[in-house]
Amino acid sequence: MNGTSIKPAADRALRNRTSLGLTVRNSLTMAYRGLLKIRRTPEQLFDVTLQPIIFTLMFTYIFGGAISGDVQSYLPVIIPGILVQTVITTSIVTGVQLREDMDKGVFDRFKSLPIARIAPLAGALLADTVRYTIATVLTFTMGFIMGYRPEGGLGHVALAAVLVIACSWAISWIFAFFGVIARTASSVQGISMLVLFPLTFLSNAFVPVDTMPDWLQWFVKINPVSHLVTAVRDMTNAGTVGWDLGISLIGAAVIVAIFAPITVRAYMRRT
Amino acid sequence: MEREYKQGTKPGSGEWAVEARGLVKAFGANRAVDGVDLNVRAGTIYGVLGPNGAGKTTTIRMLATLLRPDAGSARIFGHDVAKESQIVRQLIGVTGQYASVDESLSATENLIIFSRLLGLGRAEARRKSAELLEEFGLTEAAKRPLKNFSGGMRRRLDLAASLIAQPPLIFLDEPTTGLDPRTRSQMWDTIRRLVNTGSTVVLTTQYLEEADQLADRIAVIDRGHVVAEGTVDELKASIGTSSLHLTVQQEADIELARQTIETVLKVQSNVSPEIGKITAPMADADLVTDLLIALREGGIRLAEVSVQKPTLDEVFLTITGHGVDEDAKSDAVEAARGKGERA
Repeated sequence: MNGTSIKPAADRALRNRTSLGLTVRNSLTMAYRGLLKIRRTPEQLFDVTLQPIIFTLMFTYIFGGAISGDVQSYLPVIIPGILVQTVITTSIVTGVQLREDMDKGVFDRFKSLPIARIAPLAGALLADTVRYTIATVLTFTMGFIMGYRPEGGLGHVALAAVLVIACSWAISWIFAFFGVIARTASSVQGISMLVLFPLTFLSNAFVPVDTMPDWLQWFVKINPVSHLVTAVRDMTNAGTVGWDLGISLIGAAVIVAIFAPITVRAYMRRT
Repeated sequence: MEREYKQGTKPGSGEWAVEARGLVKAFGANRAVDGVDLNVRAGTIYGVLGPNGAGKTTTIRMLATLLRPDAGSARIFGHDVAKESQIVRQLIGVTGQYASVDESLSATENLIIFSRLLGLGRAEARRKSAELLEEFGLTEAAKRPLKNFSGGMRRRLDLAASLIAQPPLIFLDEPTTGLDPRTRSQMWDTIRRLVNTGSTVVLTTQYLEEADQLADRIAVIDRGHVVAEGTVDELKASIGTSSLHLTVQQEADIELARQTIETVLKVQSNVSPEIGKITAPMADADLVTDLLIALREGGIRLAEVSVQKPTLDEVFLTITGHGVDEDAKSDAVEAARGKGERA
């Protein structure tokens, strides 16, 4: 239009592959879209703001006396546990929102654009790390208000926060997969909760493992969530970095390595 | 037209924007598209006409790489939609039946994101978005969320988004469904201007008038098959002759006029006495001169004479053997079907 004529197809430089640089750029643009959406509908941040506050208060005062004798000595146990549980729970929303988003017409346009196929998914997941950051900061703040003083110091707390956010991002690929294959947003919610409850509660997040029956201890000890919780406790309470950190990171990498490709493939197949 | 099709075409020669052969897509037991061939010459407007559920949208979605064909092949400017899909995507713009824009964002934000995805820089994306908004008369509404946009504004934004990369081929899936007549004719003007800049447009429509107004060539699709293909005139001609409509001034003359017509044109005529109108098939236009002279000699004064080509509605009825009305249900039905196809 505007009198300018359109370049004929034969004169265009065309490539059938998307480069890594393009993939990253497209994903960042899609993440920018996700951030704009969060800014436009701030009510979708209710869960990440209220859940850390309510859960931290509730669990600490309910279990504190029973498990550690008093609330104060339970804080170093429960805050890392609550942190991991809360942030992983908020990653379910990623899958639910992805499903809702994909039902809208705009995804047709994304699919018809010459962009990296993974970008709409990766961008959405990347934007959601903002949600995890909010949940993380609020959980630590609540703990601090209730009297939690991590021995490891601020630096290690920050490191632990980054670890939890990174692992939650990795785990959100699982829910993104459910989001892509499920028919409705509510079924994504259902399936994800079913997966998440055993993972977060059958761990050392809330109670000492040695109070559990042997067969349960076996599962709790191999549960990656337990390792993540232990890694966070080590860093915040003692300022040490152990083997649990390694296991957590390897676990996160394995999840991404498995779920990112199958999610993208499922996404492509739906097109 | 036959000769055109037999000419050999080299891939990428730029002559054909779309070449589709035997496209098939089934959803379960329902063969939505069942062996569709399409050839669209670059620089033209091609209309795909059919009732709801005929397979128009599914065909477009296959050509636009949104849906994988179960069988058959399609080339866009010589590039295979399945094997070179990423190249094809660089050559097309798609405007879907349901506005493919982000509801929760503003018009500017939508265009900027699409521009950035298409590789424009930050400043360039901003400039391009402003330019397109201006061109489509959306500047005033640019900052408002799309939730408050009217149907026509959404369609315009949608079309604007398809033009960011200035693609040489644009698919418009029912671009004016649900628009009021004024907005519709604005949309038609926009589409005509697009073609003037060198774009090729493939549009689907269930409005016969729209195809008649815009398209150079038309394919009529029914139940997944192309049932007719050609220029508007060819299609009209293929179903029969034009008809001559005469209205007499004096009602008393009508019987004499009818006899004159039947004698001179040697055909059967229809009379609507209440409006003094006689309709007769016009097989030989040359005989009309004789008829008019005969009527003057008989002292019959005419109020109106007109020649009518068959309408596309009649074309459709003749070709498919069933009316358009029985299929043209409410938009809700189409919407439900569209959802089903997408899932």
